[in-house]
Amino acid sequence: MNFAVLQFPASNCDQDAVHAVRLLGHSARLLWHKESSLGDTDCVIVPGGFSYGDYLRCGAIARFSPVMQAVKQFADNGGLVLGICNGFQVLTEAGLLPGALIRNRDLQFHCENIFLKTATNDSPFTSQIPTGKILRVPIAHGEGCYFADEATLAKLKANNQILWQYCDASGNLTDSANPNGALQNIAGICNEQRNVAGLMPHPERACEPLLGSDDGKWIFESIFAALKNKTVATCA
Amino acid sequence: MKAKIIITPKKAVVDPQGITVKKALEHMGYTGVTGVHIGKYIEIDLAPGTDKAAAQKALNDAAFKLLSNPVIEDYNLEIE
Repeated sequence: MNFAVLQFPASNCDQDAVHAVRLLGHSARLLWHKESSLGDTDCVIVPGGFSYGDYLRCGAIARFSPVMQAVKQFADNGGLVLGICNGFQVLTEAGLLPGALIRNRDLQFHCENIFLKTATNDSPFTSQIPTGKILRVPIAHGEGCYFADEATLAKLKANNQILWQYCDASGNLTDSANPNGALQNIAGICNEQRNVAGLMPHPERACEPLLGSDDGKWIFESIFAALKNKTVATCA
Repeated sequence: MKAKIIITPKKAVVDPQGITVKKALEHMGYTGVTGVHIGKYIEIDLAPGTDKAAAQKALNDAAFKLLSNPVIEDYNLEIE
């Protein structure tokens, strides 16, 4: 499988994403934001970082990069796109995912391990996560508070688009387990077609025991399985 | 000519900066403050003789697409 990891000025988790995919046995390459074609790509990862210095709003400027036009077309054709942290912000700004990420409720940058509950296995990003498994993965963000208006939130719930929620170690969706004030403890969602997903936590930083957790690998394993079963479109 | 754009968080969006500043004002003894909303101010210089109506249309488009995020923000545009 070929993964394309986008690289904007001030992306800083791009190498981590490439490393994680390769470690898990697949091929990944960096794709500069000025490229207008994705080439031979099975899945696009929009990585974490501070694209364009977070100027104006997080992700607001990156969405106009030439490569994002290609990503939008890829997504419209059913290709798998995963946005991590700043990548999630870019995808919401681009309109590929609903809602927005705003300043953490305590105004603090949070860099810590959190626990994630998978709300549904019905997506190419969650299908292989063992039932009931609580994922321990890191977060590192200042603007990760998920917001959507009531109508959007109702639609997300009705369509099962909420993929991950912040929880405590036992899987309870408590307010104290919510690091940023996100509505409904939302850590990650997918689009209505279920081929584009975004999450604030960093699964790519938790794919090997040496880093303290390898729970993040389940998200990548889900993508590999979806691609292997050819349930999603790719770009040649 | 100048375009002045004021961007504010939508009322439904929690504005932790505004809440924190409101608390600070109360703490300092300022009374009667019922709300603080923190946004952005953008000033755009326009070439002399720019057609005002055309600029208004173009900047509304820019404000909707880039300068503000309509999911979480409102904006007000003035050209003078």
